[in-house]
Amino acid sequence: MRNIFLFIRQYFNLISFLILQIICIVSIAKFSKTHEAFFSTKANEVTGVINSRYNGITKYFYLSKVNQDLAIENNRLKNLLQTNIVVSDSTIITRVDTLIKDTLNRFRKYTFLPAVVVGNTVSLESNFITLERGSKQGVKPEMGVVGPNGIIGKVVSVSDNYSVVMSLLNRNSKVSAMFKKGKEQYAENVEWDGASPDYLIMRKISKAVDVKKGDTIVTSRYSPSFPSLLMIGTVDKIEKDDEENTYSLKIKTSTNFRTIQHVNIIVNHYFTEQHQLDLLTRKQHYNLGNE
Amino acid sequence: MSNILKHIIRLILFLFIQVYVLSNVPLLHQYITPYLYFLFLLWLPFSINRWHLLLVGFSFGMLLDYFLHTPGLHAAPCTLIAYLRPFLLNLFMAKDSTEQSFSEPSVRSMGWSPYSFYIVILTFLHHTYLIFIEWMQFGSFGYFLLKVIATTLTSLIMIFIAEMLFSRKTKK
Repeated sequence: MRNIFLFIRQYFNLISFLILQIICIVSIAKFSKTHEAFFSTKANEVTGVINSRYNGITKYFYLSKVNQDLAIENNRLKNLLQTNIVVSDSTIITRVDTLIKDTLNRFRKYTFLPAVVVGNTVSLESNFITLERGSKQGVKPEMGVVGPNGIIGKVVSVSDNYSVVMSLLNRNSKVSAMFKKGKEQYAENVEWDGASPDYLIMRKISKAVDVKKGDTIVTSRYSPSFPSLLMIGTVDKIEKDDEENTYSLKIKTSTNFRTIQHVNIIVNHYFTEQHQLDLLTRKQHYNLGNE
Repeated sequence: MSNILKHIIRLILFLFIQVYVLSNVPLLHQYITPYLYFLFLLWLPFSINRWHLLLVGFSFGMLLDYFLHTPGLHAAPCTLIAYLRPFLLNLFMAKDSTEQSFSEPSVRSMGWSPYSFYIVILTFLHHTYLIFIEWMQFGSFGYFLLKVIATTLTSLIMIFIAEMLFSRKTKK
């Protein structure tokens, strides 16, 4: 017994070093699985407050750019207003997706919550954005986030008044996307390779798809976090993969991730239903496969 | 007392520069991530207890991690350099005389070449370990190797500039 104490005393520093290393590794592993850090709720509140103080100063530097973006978005939305559309002929049916209530039994699926960006990074391998809006205001993990020029990312963790968003500029980020034009709407994941905050990557596009430089990439219909047809970016470069019969696309993001200030969090009222059905199916499938 | 206050102010400054300035600089290249924050640990006084140094290293790394939402990623290499620092200092220092007349590692207290060795080795170890952890999550071996070299060089340049800009009083 005495020897054990002597041993601990002699190697006390080494032992504490190893314990601290284990804590770090466990915390990294836990975060990469669940995106929940130890004490993350409390910590998010504290860093959120400091971030929003800092943002209070720096937001003035981007004001003109932000105003311009918002004005353009407003203009686009005004053009979508139903009152702008006159039905001139009974043979033409005008469909407006943004209708709130209507007599044809259509229902509202998405609601947008405005939020302010208070913390943001672009130069790391896994970038996250902090928003000043949390569970008290109805934010939940997995909700999509969209800025004036296109989508930004998905909410990964939430505290009372702040939420953390995994930006598209994150090695772990994956968003289902498709081409805006064309009849066969070909869905594939958009990822980030860590190279430049202006470009995303879309891998394994079949050569059967007719791609041109400048084609618009939008969100697909498959993701429960995003409505379809939200802007992601435009094709900037088409690269042929050597071995397989596929293309890799380099996509210029429509959003400038360095200057985002005002964003909208997308609430999908049917998210839980869609998500759980998805999980259930996968689970059943997995079980069947094992038997 | 004023000594502790000085180090706390340094901690806050290094943390804020890393979070709000260096993490928002547009990337020059994929392999260059500017890191300067760990210089705080290298500038801590000679007299600090080894176990306290470990704790300071770990909590400083964790503090940064909570700001960047990467729990553990920076704390692990910080703990590593905090653990190895006393060994290196013992190796590179003319022991008694320096510790009595100077309070913390610097060019003046240790001399040019021992101090640069001390900085280069710890910077290299910090980056190697940090990027090794990143490599475990994604990337290839080439990515790991090139990024370690590029990031270490960038950090060394920044440390050199910091040393030139801020002359520290290290005499006791």
